[in-house]
Amino acid sequence: MSDGYRHHILSVLVENKPGVLARVAGLFARRGYNIFSLAVAPTEDERFSRLTIVVDVESAPLEQMVKQLFKLIHVVKITELDPRESVERELLLVTVSAGPEIRGQIIELVQVFGGRILAVGHDALTISIEGAPDKVDDVEELLRPYGIVELQRTGRVALPRLERSAPRARIAKVS
Amino acid sequence: MPQTNGGHALIKALEMEGVEVIFGLPGGAILPVYDPIIDSPIRHILVRHEQGAGHMAEGFAHATGRPGVAMVTSGPAATNIVTPLCDAYMDSIPMVVITGQVGTPSIGTDAFQECDTVGITRSVTKHNELVTDAADIPRAVREAFHIATTGRPGPVLLDIPKDIVDPKNPRSTLDWYWPSDDEVAAGLPGYKPTTKGHPRKIKDAAELILQSTRPVIYAGGGILKARAAEALRALAELCDIPVVTTLMARGAFPDDHPLCLGMPGMHGNYTAVTAMQESDLLIALGSRFDDRVTGKVPTFAPHAKIIHVDIDPAELGKVRRPDVPIVGDCRLVIEELVRAVRDLGGREAQPDRSAWKSTISGWQEKFPLTYEQSEPGDALKPQFVLEQLRETTPDDTIVVSGVGQHQMWASQYWKFNHPYTWVNSGGLGTMGFAVPAAIGAKVGRPDRMVWAVDGDGCFQMTAQELVTASTERIPIKVAILNNAYLGMVRQWQEMFYEERYSEVYLSPDLPDYKMWAEAMGCIGIRVESPEEVQPAIDKANDIDDRPVVIEFRTDSREKVFPMVPAGASNDEIITFQSHREVVQ
Repeated sequence: MSDGYRHHILSVLVENKPGVLARVAGLFARRGYNIFSLAVAPTEDERFSRLTIVVDVESAPLEQMVKQLFKLIHVVKITELDPRESVERELLLVTVSAGPEIRGQIIELVQVFGGRILAVGHDALTISIEGAPDKVDDVEELLRPYGIVELQRTGRVALPRLERSAPRARIAKVS
Repeated sequence: MPQTNGGHALIKALEMEGVEVIFGLPGGAILPVYDPIIDSPIRHILVRHEQGAGHMAEGFAHATGRPGVAMVTSGPAATNIVTPLCDAYMDSIPMVVITGQVGTPSIGTDAFQECDTVGITRSVTKHNELVTDAADIPRAVREAFHIATTGRPGPVLLDIPKDIVDPKNPRSTLDWYWPSDDEVAAGLPGYKPTTKGHPRKIKDAAELILQSTRPVIYAGGGILKARAAEALRALAELCDIPVVTTLMARGAFPDDHPLCLGMPGMHGNYTAVTAMQESDLLIALGSRFDDRVTGKVPTFAPHAKIIHVDIDPAELGKVRRPDVPIVGDCRLVIEELVRAVRDLGGREAQPDRSAWKSTISGWQEKFPLTYEQSEPGDALKPQFVLEQLRETTPDDTIVVSGVGQHQMWASQYWKFNHPYTWVNSGGLGTMGFAVPAAIGAKVGRPDRMVWAVDGDGCFQMTAQELVTASTERIPIKVAILNNAYLGMVRQWQEMFYEERYSEVYLSPDLPDYKMWAEAMGCIGIRVESPEEVQPAIDKANDIDDRPVVIEFRTDSREKVFPMVPAGASNDEIITFQSHREVVQ
């Protein structure tokens, strides 16, 4: 996923209605669009939720994805976030094998990346790392040699980057 | 606000929406909604199979422009109506379908006649909703009709659990209300179809039209949905531009108009197909560059610039990138376009197009739509039957077809001079569409003569609805072109599968169509020779108190030409003339 900009981020405001996630997922499935990751959460307004969808723009033209998505009655607004013009964050929870002799090493590594130790077990540590997806990728790679017991990433969430001028995120309200 | 129950509220909401007729069939979960129908002015037509209810609602909508309504119960009834929903979705037919559902406490428990109707129909409806609270019923019905009939029309399904409509259940109690337009709009913050075209884009389009030397108007079903036939004619006549009408747009521009080139596409006529291929400007109005029109996309109309007008933004650029995309209602946009062309000098400002016009008339002369008449004693030619039918019926007869060879011949050989006289299943290609859709059309337009043109394969799929037609005194007429085969499949097997006829023969005599028709309360007639054709049609035209079925025994070897083989370029069109040369 770190192969440049094969992915694109859609921030999709939807009505908080039953089945809305199934509608979005079903649309992507039946039109053959690939999703890299998907994060869903309520917004400040309880009527709406926000989906942050990382899509594979090689599977279909982004414009078609946006237009098809906008046809869903419960989709209220779509903001297209160019990865170059947005801030992205992801959370990683990982349990790593760590006997007493290497525990210190791992803790040091985690601190370098601003992570936290959430739980210490007899021979394992559970760690949380938050950051840009690239950084989370790096941490994952660095931890892998120690033996990953379990790993869970949230999928990314994103907002437009604040430039010195006005935000450049484009609102995909089609002509 | 008077207190009522969900079942009454649902029927009252349909009355408030102006519904005159419901096509349906009751069952366990929907029973409480059927009870108040007895006291309602709404006419209910009891079908014999739920698929019939759906296609009748579609036929009604096709013929009238008003949304068709079907109501069925849960489970198998809901799955039976999936095909009409998908059909209506593909052809953008406004339709509201109400399905019963098991009571809310039973949902998800694999209860008797339970199925996940909203899950199953999500991808074949414009929108659907499982209503879980009786108080939501009036809002849900208003929203359903609003969504079905605005923007790009389509089917909307409401799934209604039994407990919220059953007066014996306290969950069915509600205070009646009727949401205002503003409340409906406020309830749908993500739904705001664009109807007015962008003025700058319209000006760009007008400029392209005035520069073009070889323009063609590519009119699609959107013209009919937008009630834009008059506007289309005004534009074509103002700019003197020839018009092709797709399968979904037959009748949107009169076939007897000198600018009409007829149907393009896989079985379109040579001139319509080739004019598009050779054009320098395609003005696509409510059409969607369907694969049956474009053939192989990279070689479709390679020199043409594209103006594409559609109310659905997702159609613009889906298949072919337009030079001028315009999102909007076809009628409004075309009217603006006419104004814009006039402002830029109108017809006088156009280049000389006499070379283009004479090229087109050359093609028309060289490659007319034609077929070989049958030898005495041979089976009837289906084209001959259709020509006879056309000559002997009123000009505004509504023709409804199934899917296959008979559909293509009907589209080719009929002369559609009025909008809303052609009803067929285009996008989904649903065999069995004709009989129920014709019933729906006749219910919507009892003043018109309605002829279903059907194949023998299609007829066997939904013929039981003729019982509905007889019972309800809906006097449609059915012409079965009985060639004893799944004709279109046979044609492909002959042409592309080395004449290996796999599982395609149906038999001319089994069933006995005449007896079957009579068993269903219709008049049944069998026609085998050319001399019998005319008298049989005359007889059918005179009967107005029950349905009539004429079985025409037709030549099973007859093929539909012209034809662009699937996946081939439109330049590789096979005409009757070129095919005959190859065969000889």
